[in-house]
Amino acid sequence: MGFPSGEVAVVGVYESPLRRAPGVHPYAIHGECILGALADAGLELGDVDGFATAASFPSEGGLQMSLGEVAEYMGIHPRWFDSTDIGGAAFITHAGHAALAIAAGLADVVVVSYAAAGASGVLPFPDYNTAAAGPGQWEVPYGPTTVATYALAATRHAYEFGTTPEQLAAIAVQCRANAAANDQARFRDPMTVDDVLASPMIADPLHRNDCCIVTDSGGAFVLASRRRAEQLAAKPVYLLGFGEALGQISMSQMWPFTETAAVGSGARALASAGMTHDEIDCAQLYDSFTITVLLTLESLGFCGRGEGGAFVDSGALAPSGVLPINTDGGGLSSNHPGRRGALCMIEGVRQLRGESPGVRLDGARTCLVHGTGGSLSATATAILGV
Amino acid sequence: MDAPPKPRPQTDGLSGEFWAAAREGRLLIQRCADCGEHQWYPRAHCLRCGGAPVWVEASGRGVVHTFTVVRRSTNPEFAPDTPYVFAIIALEEGVRMAARVVDVPLEHLRCELPVRVVFPPAGDETPLPCFTGG
Repeated sequence: MGFPSGEVAVVGVYESPLRRAPGVHPYAIHGECILGALADAGLELGDVDGFATAASFPSEGGLQMSLGEVAEYMGIHPRWFDSTDIGGAAFITHAGHAALAIAAGLADVVVVSYAAAGASGVLPFPDYNTAAAGPGQWEVPYGPTTVATYALAATRHAYEFGTTPEQLAAIAVQCRANAAANDQARFRDPMTVDDVLASPMIADPLHRNDCCIVTDSGGAFVLASRRRAEQLAAKPVYLLGFGEALGQISMSQMWPFTETAAVGSGARALASAGMTHDEIDCAQLYDSFTITVLLTLESLGFCGRGEGGAFVDSGALAPSGVLPINTDGGGLSSNHPGRRGALCMIEGVRQLRGESPGVRLDGARTCLVHGTGGSLSATATAILGV
Repeated sequence: MDAPPKPRPQTDGLSGEFWAAAREGRLLIQRCADCGEHQWYPRAHCLRCGGAPVWVEASGRGVVHTFTVVRRSTNPEFAPDTPYVFAIIALEEGVRMAARVVDVPLEHLRCELPVRVVFPPAGDETPLPCFTGG
């Protein structure tokens, strides 16, 4: 018994159009998103018997037991739940875990939700993965930031493979071009490679425009069995494959610096779907930083190790390329409240329904959705199909 | 406005000996008493064999495996330090540790740059091991 490929579908999605919402508590955004996704599916709150979220970051409004608090706020009383909390990849792991639960009969209708006031913030936000105690005492006192931890990988990739700032910038430029078509995207103005390189350096070699934007927003999606999905309003998008993997939290434990846990999660996702790379029509790749996308492409095996820069240069990521990505503009230009995994799933579903708010691809029938959480710490890969 | 205080290492039963040595300008790492493997960061067990690690003095020499120059810090307590170098150092003993690189012109930084440990004075605080051109 393995992953129940094709037995569970995403039956409803909703992404909040909010990008700046000072004074709005993240739980109110959860409410907007959950009700929106249920309405998209033709379901009601009372139908929900499974729930997954992670809201433990201060900007997400919760603390240790955020799953219970968000469920309570919503008035959901789930018989199955999951609060796997591995950074931005979490909501893709929730989808995979939910598929197993639905296939096992532990839940019929699962909602996965995410919301945060990333831009306006409800509390001060320390930008560390951990405290300066235990393992963190060996790293936090030196002043790492999230950008800096990803920059370490970018520096090493450039050293080993000659990857250039221009190649990284081209990833942000492609996302901006996709965002131009999305009237909900935070940034839609044209942007060039030179614009990225001229933006302020944050942590060498990553410039401001190599980094995702920060918004107040959220999103939710609903999963149900194939049988239930066929009776519902929206076109079902099936979960064909899934894999997850844990890397490191402390950067001193990253080995090597030129690949991520996607090596494991991607291989497992493709194997569980019984698919090969050339059967993937498009991808929604968590783009916390441009280097995240480059490492992900290599680690998933869409190009060889060290070949990410040339792959980008080839135009592969454009809507006309072999692997169009982030068709809504991604976290680099459209929406990034703090942990984007749920939004990657939502755009994957919208794209396969022909309903992307950004670039609509002709005839896309499969989409790989991939999240990277923490500091290149944990990954989850889902393969969607219609 | 004054920057908030920086997070300082919270010493525990395992790490007390390390930080005491740091005050004397010595860099300790762990070595397994059973299998001989070095490891960093310190743990109560050997990652390789599950055995009992003990502290040993490191040579303090290594190379910069990778680094970044933090120009803008999202943590206000570190903003006064910018620009500063956050790096991963590969020690001669085969382990890697996070540290700052200090007193190296930024334009001279590169992967595989030889470095040696230094303990910049930290007033009343325990000094953090940092690395400089070696």
